Amino acid sequence: MGKIKALEGVEPVTMIDTPARLDYTFTAGRATSRFLKGLEQKKLLGERSAATGKVYLPPRGADPVAGVPTEEQVEVADYGVVTSFCVVNVKFYGQAMECPYVCALVVLDGADIATFGLIQEIPYEEVRPGLRVEAVWVDDSELGTTLENIKYFRPTGEPDAPAESYKEHV
Amino acid sequence: MRDVAVVSFAQSKHERALPGINEVEMLMPVVGQVRDQIGLDKNRVGFTCSGSTDYLAGQAFSFVMTLDGIGAWPPISESHVEMDAAWALYEAWVKLQMGEIDIAMVYGYSKTSPGDLPDVLTRQLDPYVYAPLWPDSISLAALQAQAVLDEGGTSEREWAEIAARSRASAKNNPNAQLTGDFDPEAILAEEYLVAPLRKHDCPPITDGAAAIILAADDAAREFSKRPAWIRGLEHRIDPQSLGVRNLTRVVSLEQAGEAAGVSKDKIDFAELHAPFTYQEVLAKRALGLSDEVSINPSGGALAANPMMAAGLVRIGEAADRIIAGEGDRAVASATQGACMQQNLVCVLEGE
Repeated sequence: MGKIKALEGVEPVTMIDTPARLDYTFTAGRATSRFLKGLEQKKLLGERSAATGKVYLPPRGADPVAGVPTEEQVEVADYGVVTSFCVVNVKFYGQAMECPYVCALVVLDGADIATFGLIQEIPYEEVRPGLRVEAVWVDDSELGTTLENIKYFRPTGEPDAPAESYKEHV
Repeated sequence: MRDVAVVSFAQSKHERALPGINEVEMLMPVVGQVRDQIGLDKNRVGFTCSGSTDYLAGQAFSFVMTLDGIGAWPPISESHVEMDAAWALYEAWVKLQMGEIDIAMVYGYSKTSPGDLPDVLTRQLDPYVYAPLWPDSISLAALQAQAVLDEGGTSEREWAEIAARSRASAKNNPNAQLTGDFDPEAILAEEYLVAPLRKHDCPPITDGAAAIILAADDAAREFSKRPAWIRGLEHRIDPQSLGVRNLTRVVSLEQAGEAAGVSKDKIDFAELHAPFTYQEVLAKRALGLSDEVSINPSGGALAANPMMAAGLVRIGEAADRIIAGEGDRAVASATQGACMQQNLVCVLEGE
């Protein structure tokens, strides 16, 4: 390749910044919109698949096993059982919680899939699979179309659920 | 080579925007239909391949979420291309040629309405030289259109006639978005959108989905009395940099067409993915199609242009006409990228 005279001695470009920004109008979809609107009324609206009988929460409108629409809306309880959990000890930028704290998967009564939530009002070393927990909601004045309406889950004081009852979710 | 055919095709009713539903809810009825209309049990599908892109919906891994609408349990063999689903069909065809499976499903979709399409499409350009300039898709098409015009052999009048003919043909297509009787004179009297292109030279912006079932040998005969056999399937690519291309010729489409054997026998009709009017002129030249060949009886991409699916729709529309006995040999093409950079050609035959 011949050299371009005007560029002789010019420092090579090794890096460029090319900022990009695109704006979108997000559509949650029919099923998830029903779920989000239910949250505003402190209701957890799952959807049942006619094909498998499973209740999905949050619903995305489809039964992922059968690949068919879920059409029946089902109200799910705001209490259930811890199936798995994690004690967070690592600090990170923007962290809202003080370490250590507990994140858990909770299968709400009436649902066939676990929901993600924080577990509080119990020492972290006492959190365990089978622990029965209930949702603690934000004040009614703060309710919105968001899962942040549930601040965290706390123990109900009921006896632990037998492992047999949630083994499918572990 | 194994004989592989299109045995089923379904598409959504294409719309400018489907605001209430997400991609899964848009796609699910189409996938259901493509299987149900031939009585296909989903567990017999040996391979599933999709074409879509996260940039359109503005959602990371959106194609993974869409699998919720397919029924991926027991675990399925699945793949995805960040391309029009015509290229997903190519991957499925290769899989069928390997002989391990007999039936494959292909689908493509996009919800284009959440973002600003001409801007979103700038993100497919090279990230160092072109993309930082944000040259929108219509302006780049106009650049090519002007080069084609300067070279001669076509005219803005011919383009207006292509627009009018496409939208008139689409009146018979219940899934088309932009249909009706337009007067080429009235189109020519309109202002330029980006010179030399007028609004009617451009495709509509579309939310939509499409799906195809491919089957090999005996499986194809099981599902269709007259399968649309794929007799040629090739794709080629031109350089990404517009500056090194002669924009008045689509070399990759010429090469794909030749390799697919388009000119080996008479073509009864063509479904060309030519989103802009002038691109139909380029595609027709590249494939060496005579004026006798009926072009885009469905209305083509000028009547509905669901990104990531419109190329697959061309193959599906051509296959449906072969299956219905409206012709014996057809060519379908798919294009993607700025100024027709990537091209795929599919030759379909009845028997």
